[in-house]
Amino acid sequence: MSSVPSISPVLPAPGSRVPDIAFKWVAGLAAAMIVVLIVLVGWQLYAGSRLSLAKFGPGFLWSSEWDPVQDKYGALPFIFGTLVSSLLGLLIAVPLGVATALFLTELAPLRLRQPIIMAIEMLAAVPSVIFGLWGIFILIPWLRDHLFVWLKHNLGFLPLFQGPIYGVSMLAAGIIIAIMILPIVTSISREILRSVPNLQREAAYALGATRWEVLKIAVLSYARRGLFGAAILGLGRALGETMAVTMVIGNRPVISASLFAPGYTLASVIANEFTEATTELYLSSLFELGLVLLVVAILVNAAAQLMVRGMTGSGPIKVS
Amino acid sequence: MLPSNSKWLALLGAIVSLGAASAPAQMLINGAGATFPFPIYSKWFNEYAKVDPSVRFNYQSIGSGGGQKQILSETVDFGASDGPMSDENLAKAPRKLLHLPTVAGADVVTYNLPGNPAIKLDGPTIGAIFLGTVTKWSDPAIAGQNPDAKMPDLDIVVVHRSDGSGTTYIFTDYLSKVSPDWKAKVGKGTSVSWPAGIGGKGNEGVSGQVKQVPGAIGYIELAYAKQNKLSYADVKNSAGNYITPTIDSVTEALAAADIPDDFRFSMTNPPGALAYPISGTTWLLVYAEQKDHDKGEKLVQFLKWAYSDGEKLAPGLDYAPLPDALVKRALERVQSIKY
Repeated sequence: MSSVPSISPVLPAPGSRVPDIAFKWVAGLAAAMIVVLIVLVGWQLYAGSRLSLAKFGPGFLWSSEWDPVQDKYGALPFIFGTLVSSLLGLLIAVPLGVATALFLTELAPLRLRQPIIMAIEMLAAVPSVIFGLWGIFILIPWLRDHLFVWLKHNLGFLPLFQGPIYGVSMLAAGIIIAIMILPIVTSISREILRSVPNLQREAAYALGATRWEVLKIAVLSYARRGLFGAAILGLGRALGETMAVTMVIGNRPVISASLFAPGYTLASVIANEFTEATTELYLSSLFELGLVLLVVAILVNAAAQLMVRGMTGSGPIKVS
Repeated sequence: MLPSNSKWLALLGAIVSLGAASAPAQMLINGAGATFPFPIYSKWFNEYAKVDPSVRFNYQSIGSGGGQKQILSETVDFGASDGPMSDENLAKAPRKLLHLPTVAGADVVTYNLPGNPAIKLDGPTIGAIFLGTVTKWSDPAIAGQNPDAKMPDLDIVVVHRSDGSGTTYIFTDYLSKVSPDWKAKVGKGTSVSWPAGIGGKGNEGVSGQVKQVPGAIGYIELAYAKQNKLSYADVKNSAGNYITPTIDSVTEALAAADIPDDFRFSMTNPPGALAYPISGTTWLLVYAEQKDHDKGEKLVQFLKWAYSDGEKLAPGLDYAPLPDALVKRALERVQSIKY
């Protein structure tokens, strides 16, 4: 060793595996942190809701009563509100987002693309509370006086569009959620569509397909799995959306078939009532709502993963 | 959850005070709780910094629930609450915990009617409206009290607070006193199970809904209604007079209220002839025996200042100051604090 003093003792010998191993550990630690974080959040929510779990048991999930005065709590209307408002948001945002992404990757003139992409990214930067205020003062009056009246007049035979119109409603919440998840759905869809190999398109054109047929056969069906994934990421955002939804949903824990009726979501009731919850059981029940929200999010994601697995699509080509 | 939460807060507090310790010896007194009196408390702390620059107050308006929790676990030097603590919560205090009333406020009943007429309502009618049993503005229960205003044949849309709040506590406390039906079906609390209507978040959420929907009715803080020039109803008090909510009529209500020795009182529907009936006070929560001598001394000095000079700042921010007799009683209690 002493015969080779030129090698610095600080630097690893050439070919040393130290950096490799260090990097592997750092990266692994970062990944592990996320798992640990989720577990800790789940544990804290569980610990906080023990009192409520012991008192109400599983009945908490299907009880519709939420009465802080009597100290009786149930989660059903909130679960219903969370799922319905999120699904409404998805139903509106996914077709819009995918269509926008298609336009941007396949149809738009090149110099239009960047400005539109920037505009969409700006939408993602608007704070939730701004959407809420805009919802209260601009969107809701318009919905109440125009869209809802039109829906009631033309589609009023459906239970979905019956009952009194307040403006604040499940549908208003769905629309606000749609606007808020549109950026993420659009930008992920755009990335997915961009990753469709040009060979696909060229092959379809070579077979004499029209532009629409190319989009349908070569692009959309190839990217189907990825697009579904984009929708799921959007859904994840929708489930937890709080402030803007609280401001437009009407905050009433009822289960109604009508989309004009007010509703309430898990995230909203926690945000609304946490600060002034003074009894132990009340606080514990709010924690349990948080736990329910976490479980709902996990279940929805797991279901989506299963659906993706059952789908054909991108990956080694299999165009139907 | 909360105990460990408090530990984190204590740690955070320790870090903050470490930072403060490096500055020239300035004492930091921490408080947390009610949101309703936050504007007046901030004003007090700012003004008091000129009186005694050696002490600095840090107040977090995290809500009454958090204020009660934190003073019980002693992670703050004083708490604040918009509702009196329940016997159950008070029993958890390690030592005697004092309620000190500071200022009062009122709830007003705001509405949106074509032509914006001035209207009068009594308690049972307000109860029936919020229970959803009176559903039209032309209902004889309303029209009978307002012979001068022409009541339209319009559906009533009830708007209430969706977030837990002292405002809701005062309103439901009042309705529980004047409407047996309300007491039996709903009761009082910072959040209740509303039998009718839609929920708006905060004063701005409720007033936003009311302003937009013709026929809507809601309740908001007097200060908010005044600052935003909203219309509100005169309410019949227990002496049978219709009273316009003002700072004076709220102070009247405080003077007329029956206040027990522990200061945990409700001032809704008091007997006074000029008292506005839907009003309430807010409290500071302070231990009768202070652990830290220096902090305790500074806190007592501040409280004395608040009850003498501080009260005078209240009307400027649309809070009702306490009547002199109550200030005297509260000061006696402050003087009894040991440190």
